[in-house]
This record gives sequence, C-alpha cells and structure tokens, in this order.
Amino acid sequence: MNEFLQQLVNGVSLGAIYALIALGYTMVYGVLRFINFAHGDVFMLGAFAGYYLAPFVNRLLPPQTYLSGAVVMVLAMAICALIGMLIEFLAYRPLRHRPKLTVLITAIGVSLFIEYTCQHPAVFGAAPHAFPKLIPFTTWQIGGLVLDSSQAIVFVTTVLLLAALTFIVQRTRTGTAMRAVAFNPQAAALMGVNLSSIISFTFGLGSALAGAGGILFAMNYASIEPLMGVQVGLKAFIAAVVGGIGNLPGAALGGLVIGLLETFAGGIPGLSNYRDGIAFAILIIILLFKPAGLLGKSEAEKV
Amino acid sequence: MKHWSAYIFLVATLMALAGCNKPAGTTAGNGNTIKVGEYASLTGKEATFGISSHEGTVLAVEQINADGGVLGKKIELLTEDDLSKAGEPATVVNKLIARDGVVAILGEVASSRSLEAAPICQQNKIPMISPSSTNPKVTETGDFIFRVCFIDPFQGTVMANFASKTLKAKKVAVFTDGKSDYSKGLAKYFKEGFLAGGGQLVAELDFNGGDKDFKAQLTSIKAASPDAVFVPGYYTDVALICIQAKQLGLNVPLFGGDGWESDQLVKIGGNAVEGNYFSTHYAPDVATDKSKYFVSDYKKRFDGKSPDAMAALGYDSAMVLADAIKRAGSTGGQKIRDALAATKDFAGVTGKTTINEKRDATKAAVILQVKDGQFKYLETVEP
Repeated sequence: MNEFLQQLVNGVSLGAIYALIALGYTMVYGVLRFINFAHGDVFMLGAFAGYYLAPFVNRLLPPQTYLSGAVVMVLAMAICALIGMLIEFLAYRPLRHRPKLTVLITAIGVSLFIEYTCQHPAVFGAAPHAFPKLIPFTTWQIGGLVLDSSQAIVFVTTVLLLAALTFIVQRTRTGTAMRAVAFNPQAAALMGVNLSSIISFTFGLGSALAGAGGILFAMNYASIEPLMGVQVGLKAFIAAVVGGIGNLPGAALGGLVIGLLETFAGGIPGLSNYRDGIAFAILIIILLFKPAGLLGKSEAEKV
Repeated sequence: MKHWSAYIFLVATLMALAGCNKPAGTTAGNGNTIKVGEYASLTGKEATFGISSHEGTVLAVEQINADGGVLGKKIELLTEDDLSKAGEPATVVNKLIARDGVVAILGEVASSRSLEAAPICQQNKIPMISPSSTNPKVTETGDFIFRVCFIDPFQGTVMANFASKTLKAKKVAVFTDGKSDYSKGLAKYFKEGFLAGGGQLVAELDFNGGDKDFKAQLTSIKAASPDAVFVPGYYTDVALICIQAKQLGLNVPLFGGDGWESDQLVKIGGNAVEGNYFSTHYAPDVATDKSKYFVSDYKKRFDGKSPDAMAALGYDSAMVLADAIKRAGSTGGQKIRDALAATKDFAGVTGKTTINEKRDATKAAVILQVKDGQFKYLETVEP
C-alpha cells in the first residue's frame, strides 16, 4: 500500500511537469494548427536560465528560500516567453501563409538548431551541469510515505499556473481573442483581432509554462544538459495528443496519465526497461481507438 | 535552377577530391611522424571519462616524443570527439583510418562505444587498444582488438565478494542500465557471483542511461528492503540515483563499478554519494614508484589535477602501444598486432600488464569509498 502511494506521489509530480509542457504544445496547436517541436528545447532553456540566474538572485535575496526560488522561476519564465516569441517571429511568422508541413519541418529545424548550438562548448557544453538548490529541502514522512519540498512545490506551482492560465484564457480580453483565433482566424481578424500579436502572446504564454516546467524538473532531478528537452518534450507532446490536442484540460489530464503510467511501469521488475516505451504505446492505442484524444471532440474535416 | 545544380556538383567534386587526398591504407604519416588515432568522449554525458583518458594519453605521447619517439619518429596523436553518443564512434574511427591513415587506434572508455568501433578496426586490420572498456565482448570482436584493463567477469565477482564479505549484505537489489553493454555485463557477472556465494537478489530493475527520473524504480527497490543496492552505471546516472534514493529514504549503501569514478559524481551527487563504494583499476594513494612519477607528472601537466583510473589507463594504453611498435620495428598493422599480443609484464602505472590469449590484461582491482567528497582507498583484490 505504502509503495502504491509513494508511486502515486512520484507519478503525479512527474505528470505535473509533463502537463505544464503539454499545455504549450496544445495552445500553439489550438491557434496555429501545427506542432511546435522546439517547445521541448524552450523547456531546456528554462532550466539553464534558472542555472545562470540563481547565483545573481542569491546575491540579492536570501539564498535557498521560497522567495528567491520564486524570483528565479518568474525570471526564467519571462526569459522563456521572450525566446518563444522570438522563435515565432523569426522562424514561423514568415511562413504563416505557407503549407502547414513547411512550418512543421521548420519547427524540427529550430529544435535541432537550439540543441546543437547549446551543446557547443562556448554555449553550455554537452556535459551535464549540477542544478543549484533553489528552495530549502525538507522531507515529510507520513507513515512509510516520503514527500519532499520540491515535489510539493511541483504540485502547488502546477495548480497555481493552471488556475492562472484558465483565468487568462476564459476571463480576459486577450484570452477571448485567443479562443476566437483558435475557432476561426479569418473571422477573428475581421472582428478586429490583431492576429500577429495574439499568436505572439500564445507563444509567450506557452513558452513561459515550459520555462516553469524546466525549473521544476531541474529542482527535482538536479542535473541539466542541452538534450534534456528531447525525451521530456516528446512525452509532453504525446500527453497533449492523448488528452486531445488543442484542449487545455486535456493536456493537463494527458500529462498526469503519462506520468502515472510511466512511474507504475517503472516500478515493476521486467517492465522497467520498457518504461520509455510506455508513452509511445499509449499514443498508438489512443490514435487507434480515440483519435481525438481523451477529452477532444472529433470534428468533421472541412473540405 | 540550373546554376544551383552546377553549384552542388562543384561542391560535391571538391569534397570527393578532399576525400581522395589521403588514400586509405597510407600507413606511416607524412615524413617523420607515426600517426596514432584516438577517439574519446570529450564532451557529453561521459565527458570526464573521455577527458581523463585523453589527458593520460597526451601525457604518455609527450613523454615518448621527449625521449626521442619510436623507430626514430615522433608519434602524432589525432584525437576525435565522439560526443558520448552512439553512432559517432563509427563515423570518427572510419575517418581516422580512411582519411588520416593512422597505424593504430586508442579508445574508448565506454564498452558500447568500443564495441561500435572495434569491427571497423578489425576489418581494416588496424590494431585497437581500449584503455578501459571492461565488457568481455569488446576484445571478442577479433584478433586486432586489445585492452589494458581487467574485464567484467572479474570485476563482477570482486563486487559480489565485497557485498557478501565486507558489506555483510544478504539481500541485494540490482539496478541496471538496460541501454549499456557495460552495465548489463557487469550486472550479469555480479549476480552470478553473488548467488554462488549464497546471497539473495530481492529486486532487479532497469533504467535507461540518460534518464532523469529514477524514483519509480527506487520506490520498488525500497519496498523490497535490500541490505545494499548494486548500481553498475555511469557517474551521471549514478549521481542522480544516489540523490533520489536518499530523497525516498532508501538509506542503504549503494555500490558499483569503475563507471562511477569521476569527480562529477561528487559534484552532482553531493552528500548523497557519501559512504558509497565502487571498484576501479587504480588508486592514486597506493603508490608504486611508477605511479608516483605518473601522479606528479600529470599534476604538473594539467594544472594540479589529480589523475583518476581512466587517466592512468589512457596513459598505459599509449605506452603499451609505443612499446609494441618498438618491438615490431614497423608500423604495419599485422606486425603491431603480433607485438601487442606478445606483451608480457609491461610495467605500467596501473600495474604489470600482460596481454593474455583473449587479448585482455589480467590486473588487480581496487575498491574505493566516497568519503568527505574524496575517493578513499579501501582494499585491493588480486586476480
């Protein structure tokens, strides 16, 4: 029982990070109908932003407190938002009226460009870096169950960010414009919505969430490297598809499902070696039986 | 459109010409050097292995050249980085052989990558010496492949005995990197030895090298309540495993093989790696005369950095090669191979090296413990 609860805690904290990244995939898909494959690399850049910012922030604020941790996270999110908007501006905007396939392949190119540039010794180098401690580390023992402060922070931050995102999308003018663009870009433009700024905003928002995900991931797993976004990005993409791409609650649900299943599979001897394959197996099953995803609505193809 | 295809044709021709510049099979280098190729993981996941090994090799080559080189020629070391990635060793070793025309190849530390380059060296009949790949399959590739370190059946048995005798562990869990030939091989021999000694395996789990989250498997290991956990992995993964084991309250000793030895283990792992054990090839604090000189020369050359086992073996691999070329009196692949196979009682930094009929070296292993962020010598196990 204890083992089951512990795996539940492990799975939820991993799934919450997948969920944060999946939200970015799903939002961009919602407004532009293409997969931003560079999203996983923005997640990695978020972790590195935290790595380089932490010493500065620690000089100004008391180090290893929740306050300084929060400041690092907010700054990293801002940097990632800027990077996301920059990627959109430089790589995707010139191609907006080209076929979606062109943009998709450009996204793969952007992803490889970021990965290999960052592996250059003059940038980050390919070796793993030890991520500094941002928050005080405490563990709570509840029976045989162990919960530590960084796992708790993952839950809390994810819930807060999800609430903020829901508020932005559902209650603000910009959010309404985003939903209008997702629904029908031409009609939205005719109603006076500035397409470019809304798309830019969507990229910024999604990338900020990926940056938060990067910091949370690095806090939990302590070591960061330029290729860390590849596997995690793929899993989060699958989470977005499993939940129903384009659907925000779906992305969060998909992230949790992938995180939990992966963790439980990892704990079973004999199956643990196939852990990384689990997400892909789920993807195939979902595409076969419920192609629109768990929460997605299937739409008739417009011809 | 037309000028584009013409352009591409021109570039392709230039590249082909550049490729033909040095025809395959040119043995001795231009003029007065003997070209020796080295491939190493200078960057990436196992970067400290590659860098240590490379620095050891560089020191050896510099000393050989300062003493007048071999056969009246200087050795020219050509080094290629394989980025700690599968696929790269084949590319760079092909380049070293076909384009640079090296007479012999030195490398790698990680067994999976040595296994990738070995068939290429074998096909081209270029002798390859792996400084520190311990998986038995490496030299089984063919008669041109050698190594200057012990192999995993020995290392696995050493750690199995260590677990039952020194740690007094009866129940052990094994946590293997399912992606790495080194890890799988070492785990296999450990399990055989430990079971033969009457021990009990309570959990066997796998991870994938490069993973960041190990909590799922470690939770399952903790539930099996082992006395100790054997983790035959490489330092980047091991450091994270130690951290996450502590986080989950798994407070038993973790121990592993020579893949642990890197200062990065302590840098990333911090307090979590304290008190854990691993086996390796050489301990700088047990000094023979030879190793004393090596340690001081190495420190002088590399800004006070202490050499680890990978550096010592990198040094020995180049020294064994130079000795073989001297005895062969030629730089022909077959001649060097025969001389290498006849290496007997060569005094190296990591002890006397004798190449056996399987082209492996028979050597003692040492067991180190992480203490106060340093690796402390515990015991030596003779073969």
